[in-house]
Amino acid sequence: MTEAKSELPEVIVVGRPTIFKFYDEELSKKFRMLKSWESSLSLENYICKHAQSVKAMLCSPKYIGSQISSSVFRLLPSLRLIVTTSTGLDHIDLVECRRRGISIASASTLFSEDVADFAVGLLIDVVRRISAADRFVKNGLWPLQGQFPLGSKVGSRKVGIVGLGSIGLKVAQRLEAFGCTISYQSRNKKLVSYPFYPDIYELATKCDVLVICCALTDQTHHLINKEILLALGKRGVVINIARGAIINEMELVQCLEQGEIAGVGLDVFENEPNVPKELISLDNVVLTRHIATFTEDSIRAIYELVCGNLEALFFNKPLITPLLD
Amino acid sequence: MENIGVLMACPMSSYLEQELDKRFKLFRFWNVPQKNGFLIQHADSIRAVVGNAFAGADAELINSLPKLEIVSSFSVGLDKIDLNKCKEKGIRVTNTPDVLTEDVADLAIGLMLAVLRRICECDRYVRKGLWKSGDFKLTSKFSGKSVGIIGLGRIGLAIAKRAEAFGCPISYYTRSEKPNTNYKYYPTVVELASNCQILVVACALTPETRHIVNREVMEALGSNGILINIGRGPHVDEKELVSALLEGRLGGAGLDVFENEPEVPEQLFGLENVVLLPHVGSGTEETRKAMADLVLGNLEAHFLNKPLLTPVV
Repeated sequence: MTEAKSELPEVIVVGRPTIFKFYDEELSKKFRMLKSWESSLSLENYICKHAQSVKAMLCSPKYIGSQISSSVFRLLPSLRLIVTTSTGLDHIDLVECRRRGISIASASTLFSEDVADFAVGLLIDVVRRISAADRFVKNGLWPLQGQFPLGSKVGSRKVGIVGLGSIGLKVAQRLEAFGCTISYQSRNKKLVSYPFYPDIYELATKCDVLVICCALTDQTHHLINKEILLALGKRGVVINIARGAIINEMELVQCLEQGEIAGVGLDVFENEPNVPKELISLDNVVLTRHIATFTEDSIRAIYELVCGNLEALFFNKPLITPLLD
Repeated sequence: MENIGVLMACPMSSYLEQELDKRFKLFRFWNVPQKNGFLIQHADSIRAVVGNAFAGADAELINSLPKLEIVSSFSVGLDKIDLNKCKEKGIRVTNTPDVLTEDVADLAIGLMLAVLRRICECDRYVRKGLWKSGDFKLTSKFSGKSVGIIGLGRIGLAIAKRAEAFGCPISYYTRSEKPNTNYKYYPTVVELASNCQILVVACALTPETRHIVNREVMEALGSNGILINIGRGPHVDEKELVSALLEGRLGGAGLDVFENEPEVPEQLFGLENVVLLPHVGSGTEETRKAMADLVLGNLEAHFLNKPLLTPVV
C-alpha cells in the first residue's frame, strides 16, 4: 500500500484549492498531494520538512497569505511547473518564475462563460433591484408596504467593459442582446466593432456602467478610484468580478454613501473574506462571496484541467494551458 | 376634457395619477369608502376606466357604469377586463404592448441567473456575515441550458433572443406552430417541459391557460428543472408548485407573479432555490412612464375622436 503510494508523483499544494472539497479521492489516486494547509507549520517549514524534491506545485489564490515568490522557490530547487486553479495570476511572482524557468499552467479561459454569466446576473440584479425585491417579499413586506421602488432599464445602459479579454468579450456579447451600448478600455485595441478608449477616465465619462474584467497588475491596482467614479456619474453602476484591489474600496464606499454613484455588484473585495460593513446596510448593492466560478460544471472542468496539466509534466507531454510570454 | 370622469381602479403610477388629475375629472376608486354609494352618485359622469394587472373592469363594474366608453389598461395583460362584455357594449379597450416587452424579458433572464447562480441567496449569506464560516455550495451553470418558452409572442421572442446570447437552445409551446422561427416546437406543454431545463411562462392569461403549469408539467420539468413565471400567477397551480418545491420534485423557481397578489405562500420564503419578486416585470422608471403616456395618449385620442394608439377591442 505504502509502496504503491510512493510511486505516485508528488505535488506540493499551496493555498486551499476548492477541487479538494469535491475531488479529493480522485486526486489522491493520481498524485501524492502534499497539502500544506493541513499542517500548522509555516509554508516554508512545511516545504523543508516534506516537499523539498517536488517538481510540481498546485496552487489556488484562496487562503494563500502572500504571493508565491523567491522565499518559496529557493526551497524548491526541482520545481518545474506551477499549476494554478485560477485564471488570475497576481498571487504568483511571474518575473521570478520566468527567471528560474518555472512553467505556469492556469485555468486560462475555462471559467469565462460562468464568470461572464455572473457579471450579467449581477448587473441585472443591481439595475432591476432583484435581490432587494426578493428580500422585500421574503420579509413579508409586500402586503404591508405595497409598492416596491422602480428600477431602471437594462438596455438603456451604456456599458464600459474594463479589459476586453475572454471574459470581457463574453460579457459584451451577452449585454448586446439586451440592447446595451458597449464600449471598452483595454491595454490594446481589439478586432471588434465596439468603440475603444485607451483611457479609463474617458471611458467612464461616456458610460453609466463599468464592468471590471481585467487582470490585477501593478498598473491596474486601484485603477477605479474616486475620480473615475465621479466621471461615471450619479446613475453609475460598477460590477466587479475580477479582483477586489482593482477598485479603491474605501473611495467606492464613500461614493456610494454620498450618492455619487447609483449602485454596485461585487463578487470580489480587497481583503476577502472581509466586506466593508458600510456596504452591508445598503439596499443598492449586491454582494457575493467570490463565487463567479463556483458551478458544478466549472469545478469539474478545472479538476480535469489540473490533472491534465500535472500529468503532462509527469509524462513528458505538452502542457494543456501553458502561460506563454 | 376636465369634465370627463375617469375612474382609476387602484394606485399604479403617481405620474399617471397626476396627469389624469390635470386633464380629466379623476376618481380614485381605492379611496372611496363605500363603493356602491359612490357609483350611484358618480356613475353618470364616468366615461373611462384606467386599470392594471391587479384591478380592471369586470362585468359588475362595467354594468354599473352606463356611460363607460373606454377601458385603458396600464398593462399588456387583459385578464382583469371582461373583454366580451366590452365588445357587447361597444366599449373600447386599450393596453400597453411593446413598451414593456424588454423589461419583462430582462427580468426573466435576471430571474434565471438569480436562481441558478444563487445570487440573492449569496447576497443574504454575505450580509449575515457568514463568509468566514465556510464554503458556499456549488451552483448551476446558466450558459447552454435549454430554455423552453410557453407563448412565443413579443415577450417570448425577446426572452429567446437574450437566452440565445448565452448559447441556450430554445424550444417553445404555442397553440399552433409559428411559421417564421427556427426554434423547436412542442405541441404540448408536458413535452416542452420534458425537453428543457428552464421553463418560462410568457403567454397571455385566458380561461384556457389557467394552471397551464400543473403538477404533470412540473414533474416533467423535474428535480433539476427551473420554472420562471413572468406571466400571471394563475398560469401556475400554486399549491402544487409549493409542494413540488418543498419536496424537491422541482429544482427551483423564479416568480414575479402569484395567484393572489400581494399574498405569497410563506413556505417558499426559506427556500434558497426560489427567488420571489413583487410583480415588477415592467417596473422601471423609463417603462412605467412610457406605459402611462400610452394610457394618456389612448384616452386623449378617444375623446378627440382620433384613432386609438393601441386598441385591443
